Amino acid sequence: MTQAIQTEEKQVFRLPDVLADTATHFCPGCHHGIVHRLLADVLDQLGVVQDTICVASVGCSVFIYNYLLLDTVESPHGRAAAVATGVKRANPENVVFTYQGDGDLAAIGLSEIMYAANRGENMTVVFVNNTVYGMTGGQLAPTTMVGQKTTTSQQGRSFETDGAPLKMTEIIAGLPGVYFSARVAVNNVKNIKKAGKILKKGFANQVQHKGFSFVEFLAACPTNWRMTPVEANERVGGEMIDYFPLGIFKDNDNDGL
Amino acid sequence: MKKNDTNLLVKGNEAIALGAVAAGCECYFAYPITPQSEIPELLSESLVEVGGTFVQAESEIAAANMLLGATACGKRAMTSSSSPGIALKQEAISYMAGSQLPGVIVNICRGGPGLGSIDPSQGDYYQTTRGGGHGDYRTLTLAPASCQEAYDLTIRAFDLAFLYRNPVVVLGDAILGQMKEPIKNWKERVVLDGKGLDWSLSGARNREPRLLKSLYLSDGALAGHNRKLQEKYQAMRKECDWEEYRTQDAELIVVAFGSMGRIAKSAVRKLREKNEKVGLFRPISLYPFPEAPLDRLAAQGKGFLTLENNAGQMVDDVRLAIRRHADSGLHCVLPGHLANPDDLLGPIEEAMPAKAG
Repeated sequence: MTQAIQTEEKQVFRLPDVLADTATHFCPGCHHGIVHRLLADVLDQLGVVQDTICVASVGCSVFIYNYLLLDTVESPHGRAAAVATGVKRANPENVVFTYQGDGDLAAIGLSEIMYAANRGENMTVVFVNNTVYGMTGGQLAPTTMVGQKTTTSQQGRSFETDGAPLKMTEIIAGLPGVYFSARVAVNNVKNIKKAGKILKKGFANQVQHKGFSFVEFLAACPTNWRMTPVEANERVGGEMIDYFPLGIFKDNDNDGL
Repeated sequence: MKKNDTNLLVKGNEAIALGAVAAGCECYFAYPITPQSEIPELLSESLVEVGGTFVQAESEIAAANMLLGATACGKRAMTSSSSPGIALKQEAISYMAGSQLPGVIVNICRGGPGLGSIDPSQGDYYQTTRGGGHGDYRTLTLAPASCQEAYDLTIRAFDLAFLYRNPVVVLGDAILGQMKEPIKNWKERVVLDGKGLDWSLSGARNREPRLLKSLYLSDGALAGHNRKLQEKYQAMRKECDWEEYRTQDAELIVVAFGSMGRIAKSAVRKLREKNEKVGLFRPISLYPFPEAPLDRLAAQGKGFLTLENNAGQMVDDVRLAIRRHADSGLHCVLPGHLANPDDLLGPIEEAMPAKAG
């Protein structure tokens, strides 16, 4: 006769409540879901879920409100940093962040992000860079790599006619008003864990009224890169990190995490 | 500054700024442009003095989107500009209309198209009454003709914006913005009670998260949303506002709004001294347009002449309003010319029914 094992059940893992219990609509291998999960963890750990206002942008990123159960306002294309300025100035006690892709932030919204950063608005910007306009079908983006083929650069991006991809984290780090600027990736467990720590810092800065924090995520878009999820992940770890190096480019704390 | 019994000599632009403060405006977002720059100049000090927020944005576009953000938090907020800048704000205004956000936008209209001039113009009538940006939406529009009315209607604009959760435009021009008149700043600063804001964002503390959006992708969802918006625009019809001057026995009704309405009133007064049976109808709300009272006047067999400081825009609405009984003549003073009452006497006399035959 086997004896029933009598032990008290103990929960060792839970999903943050802020994460919606729903199936993803994102393509296989897309990194948005990982970034959402990190955001959920960070807001949960900092205990600010009920204080947070999310500013959604235009592109695949807009659907963040289907996955994170937060007060959210949609912004016009590229204007998230200006909308967030209005939100934060109206409600300084709220934790405010924008969630923007590379076309949104680095092309049509370049003016808004530069000036919000330069004013040192006490907000957090989450920038997801996958080197293409994803939702519209994979066109040339401000961060498309030289030589990268897209639907509007079918021979590959030309440095001569399109210029070089913008390194936003470095550009933002160069502005005196910025408190924190860092680039992370979520292509492997090690990088995901590091990204979570850096993202947490990006929000903790705001909670502590330190100022403008910018966190760029390198992200895969297998569908528009015409790659399998595994190939896309490898591209992030190789070609992308080579050009867009990971790390903290500005930290007024200078504590090296 | 003592309220209620104070007469102030101010520019129209300053009257608007004072009206905004009295209305309890909490956030104002600016970008310089002639002929409205007195509004940001005054509010950069006076709004901050009463605890409000002033931001000079990097562009008209950013200022309008900051307005979107502040109104999403349920704040009384405003931006102001002049025609070319208002064109740039249309993106955010369309999003605010779609997301039902109560922003107040002041347009001190100047000549166009393009860089045009800094002179007075009514060339933005179509833009302000037809939506202005993309999609099926309308912005309530109020058109003051004096500095006192600029003050009063700015206060009203905030109330209407929140009543309907819709952008409201105060449409003036360079004459209104730059002329000085005495006003009574009669209203104590509104103390906001935070009621009726069960849609606004503040963080989802002990309640369901709120989402302010204009994106409706699923089958039929956008149609349902637009139906709701259209019902709201219909409900706004009760906000129609207008002035009538000596219309009762008039054979000819001159229709003009804003500064042109003011100038036309002087012309009508002069013609009355010559026993011409002429009256003035001045729409104060441009959207909703006061169709019913115009229709009533038309049913009495009166003639109509529309006077505008543009190439003829409001005349479309006048003709639609009176179409069952009458048509309207049109006399335009093109932007770049300043209208004066004496120049209007001839065109009005020409249009008198007896002469027009």
